[in-house]
Amino acid sequence: MGDVTMRIWRGDQNGGQFVDYTVPEVEGEVVLDVVHRIQAGPAPDLACRWNCKAGKCGSCSAEINGKPRLMCMTRMDQLPTEEPIVLAPMRTFPIIRDLVTDVSFNYVMARQLPPLKPRDPEPDGTYRMQQVDVERGQEFRKCIECFLCQDVCHVIRDHEENKPHYAGPRFFIRYMELESHPLDTNDRRELLRQRMGIGLCNITKCCTEVCPEGIKITDNAIIPLKERVVDGAYDPIAWLGRKILRRTKRSAREVAADAPAAYAPTSEDLGERRAVPETAGRA
Amino acid sequence: MSTTIDLAGGETLELHDFDVVVIGAGGAGLRAAVEAKQRGLRTALVCKSLLGKAHTVMAEGGAAAAMGNVWPEDNWQVHFRDTMRGGKMLNNWRMAQLHAQESPDRIYELERWGALFDRTKDGRILQRDFGGHRYARLAHVGDRTGLELIRTLQQRAVALGLEVFMECKVLRLLKDSTGQVSAAVGYWRPTGGFVAFTAKAFVLATGGVGKAWKYTSNSWESTGDGHAMALWAGADMIDMECVQFHPTGMVWPLSVRGILVTEGVRGDGGVLRNSEGRRFMFDYIPAMFAAETADTEAEADRWYDDHINNRRPPELLPRDEVARSINAEVKAGRGSPHGGVFLDIASRRSADYIRRRLPSMYHQFKELAGVDITQEPMEVGPTCHYIMGGVRVDADTAATTVPGLFAAGEVAGGMHGSNRLGGNSLSDLLVFGRRAGMAAADFAEGRVGQPGFDEAEARQVVADALAPFSREDGENPYEVHHALQETMQSLVGIIRTESELRQALDELATLEERASHVAVRGGRAYNPGWNLATDLPSMLAVSQLVTRGAIERRESRGGHTRDDYPKADPELGKVNMVQRLDERGQWVLTPEPLPQMPPELAALFDEGASTSANGAATDGKAGAATAGDGRDGQPREGQQSTQTTEEGR
Ligand SMILES: Cc1cc2nc3c(=O)[nH]c(=O)nc-3n(C[C@H](O)[C@H](O)[C@H](O)COP(=O)(O)OP(=O)(O)OC[C@H]3O[C@@H](n4cnc5c(N)ncnc54)[C@H](O)[C@@H]3O)c2cc1C
Ligand SMILES: Cc1cc2nc3c(=O)[nH]c(=O)nc-3n(C[C@H](O)[C@H](O)[C@H](O)COP(=O)(O)OP(=O)(O)OC[C@H]3O[C@@H](n4cnc5c(N)ncnc54)[C@H](O)[C@@H]3O)c2cc1C
Ligand code: SF4
Ligand code: SF4
Ligand code: FES
Repeated sequence: MGDVTMRIWRGDQNGGQFVDYTVPEVEGEVVLDVVHRIQAGPAPDLACRWNCKAGKCGSCSAEINGKPRLMCMTRMDQLPTEEPIVLAPMRTFPIIRDLVTDVSFNYVMARQLPPLKPRDPEPDGTYRMQQVDVERGQEFRKCIECFLCQDVCHVIRDHEENKPHYAGPRFFIRYMELESHPLDTNDRRELLRQRMGIGLCNITKCCTEVCPEGIKITDNAIIPLKERVVDGAYDPIAWLGRKILRRTKRSAREVAADAPAAYAPTSEDLGERRAVPETAGRA
Repeated sequence: MSTTIDLAGGETLELHDFDVVVIGAGGAGLRAAVEAKQRGLRTALVCKSLLGKAHTVMAEGGAAAAMGNVWPEDNWQVHFRDTMRGGKMLNNWRMAQLHAQESPDRIYELERWGALFDRTKDGRILQRDFGGHRYARLAHVGDRTGLELIRTLQQRAVALGLEVFMECKVLRLLKDSTGQVSAAVGYWRPTGGFVAFTAKAFVLATGGVGKAWKYTSNSWESTGDGHAMALWAGADMIDMECVQFHPTGMVWPLSVRGILVTEGVRGDGGVLRNSEGRRFMFDYIPAMFAAETADTEAEADRWYDDHINNRRPPELLPRDEVARSINAEVKAGRGSPHGGVFLDIASRRSADYIRRRLPSMYHQFKELAGVDITQEPMEVGPTCHYIMGGVRVDADTAATTVPGLFAAGEVAGGMHGSNRLGGNSLSDLLVFGRRAGMAAADFAEGRVGQPGFDEAEARQVVADALAPFSREDGENPYEVHHALQETMQSLVGIIRTESELRQALDELATLEERASHVAVRGGRAYNPGWNLATDLPSMLAVSQLVTRGAIERRESRGGHTRDDYPKADPELGKVNMVQRLDERGQWVLTPEPLPQMPPELAALFDEGASTSANGAATDGKAGAATAGDGRDGQPREGQQSTQTTEEGR
């Protein structure tokens, strides 16, 4: 086998450039393996995030030849090697270094959602749910939080100013998951409309296309959610037109400063309203 | 409260104060932090990767809990007995008891917090079969149970407003003048800036140690940091020699080295072959299992359809037997091109059958390896999977032997004895994570005075961590890591012998020397080379602990197999190998008696007299076959699922 050239973005918030690394091709590798070989050799300080190397943790997101993908699930033999393979960090988030971005925006948005408020259990302290009823939520709970859908979504990819008011596809499915949860009793409609910015989504389906878990984000979450909040005031095109494009990425702290306060759960939300029988099972 | 301290040379240290600090955000750490936070204590959760990415997400099979949803006959006593037998009675009985009693509540609690488990027909939580468990007992969500567990706890933590310090790696624990643990020092991976936490109580939940071996199913975080930090803080460690190797991990291609291949492949007809195409397992049937193992291929092949009149294929011998045989074939030069053996199902079952019975294996090989397992054999070899040994803890409180320090999850020892049953880890995380959180909260509330912070000591930790930057031409830390992995893989792997273990100790001494001279290039912000340089001391300490324990345990028991002592020694079955560093930093190892089981629990082991509790070569799987005859003998409802479940182990 021959050599392969990886053109990897190196730098931080202050700028950077693509650097070429040429390494021998090794049979059966994924992109992350090649990055590891570069780290073990010419560039021990090349920053990249990864944990499981099995497509399960959602850490190793990057843009490979311009496409948002998991580095550990992208096989080298599926990429053309005549040209350098271009490896860049996710564009939507501020860069920490090299391929690593600051994804704390997502953790800020996670805090906006009121948690599950379960209904009362059966007399024995446990719940009954049918398989068909849990399956809907289970689809969304497959999410590995790789944030590739957030990365590809133009509403925040190209419009920094939308971030404080736009939860993004990952949290639209989280919302839908809670909505369809057989035990939930919380009402989050106001939140969806006012704070999550679902009106800005114009159903391009890019998020669904990049989801490594194959979650039907648009069809199964966004479209049904939109149907619940039909509101002309949220015409995305008109709204975007009024905004000035900001080029620099804002830190989570800045975003958080503009975003509505994180949802403060009530003691009721947290299930403290009733003492749950300690021995619910049949120990 | 947060302040900044100026250290020498323009270096600063960010200092935070809490009541309880939990180190590690896997299942155990999250559960502990949630507990302390619910109690109203100022609690911080610190983890070295992003929240929600811990190794626990990889667990597939499920969480064992005797809820009795599928088999009403199940109860905590049966689960307790299975666990003790699987661990070859080396378990801390009290931990095994608490675990068996409390896991159902912990599972139901997850459900109240939003987890969506698979259901039975009447709407309860479905439970599946797993090796070593007498009844179908694993609560699960398809083959992504670990993800469900992590996400549920993460979302609970967010709902509680828990403070999380992500990508923040802790290097050392410090004690104050009272001898209690009072601070932890580490650094932010994104910036390389140093940070310290003072707290009244600390919980270690840092997971496993697999990254010291070349082939492992573990994630990069499993470098044994918590084991090492506890050791350095003066804590007792027990039974560190007990490491579980799974016989079939992938070895090729590189990209998937170590990833698990489910036992279901063999259960469904897959066979192991060497480079000569021979089904070599027939050459390795131990006398102990001869009566129940087929000795011709014809009989073995008939077993799949007729369990009653035929004996089991030798490919389905206990895990340590299979792993030992693979090892011997490779050593004899009959291995596959990349140092494993062949696992072949393609030539034995139709493509349709394989895709239907083993969908996740099919996809795993197809997507990651470009191998179509319906067409070609897989290459497999043993992979380092789990450490049963760990920090010695009190069963009820998870307290270590150092005041102010608690430990839960894979980092703690005792619960699983010398061999863990699949599914018992996830429930262990929940049961003892909660207990650690409660006990740490109690301890924090009762602790008198403000925890001290020794700036000089902190400065030393910082200086040590930064040293690799100032070495001009030291070695690349990756080279030392690779050398360590080679040593541990070849000398302290699945089959051990005294001469090789002693050689390993010598090599570890050399590696320690090399590790103290590594050099790191580049800046501090998110520098993986530097991160690895700071992992090396942990991995080396853990490697020492495993090797020293392995030398002293002159017997074979569960995950610990000695070629030179192939049998279990009943006397050694009564002791924990306890290790610690004394005041002068010398290694101390003493065998200490196991806690004594009360008579009413001991009686549970009398009924099934055939239990070969300290039978050397039995592992949980074989134990179960004896115990629950119906399982392997007669297919029944629920058994269908067995094959897809084992990969999580
Ligand atoms: C990748 C990464 C790198 C970090 N590196 C550093 C560092 O180098 N130095 C440092 O001091 N801190 C670092 N942090 C931690 C984070 O910046 C601290 O939480 C922050 O300093 C807290 O400051 P604050 O209390 O003023 O809240 P703000 O920064 O004002 O936070 C505002 C909002 O953002 C939320 N928020 C911020 N960070 C997180 C988070 N990590 N998880 C969940 N919600 C969050 C807060 O809950 C709050 O709602 C890092 C965090 C991440 C995820
Ligand atoms: C492929 C696979 C499948 C498995 N399947 C199952 C199964 O089906 N059922 C089952 O019961 N068990 C299973 N196991 C075992 C089980 O997953 C693990 O034992 C368990 O998840 C360990 O959890 P933990 O909470 O102890 O630690 P981990 O989940 O390993 O988390 C460790 C945490 O500690 C943090 N940490 C580590 N060092 C530091 C440091 N220095 N500073 C700060 N933070 C640090 C990490 O960031 C991480 O957050 C499986 C294991 C593997 C490898
Ligand atoms: S469908 Fe909506 S959420 Fe998804 S990428 Fe397009 S605009 Fe974004
Ligand atoms: S929905 Fe899919 S793409 Fe988005 S974060 Fe989850 S797994 Fe990733
Ligand atoms: S490393 Fe976990 S998804 Fe790629």
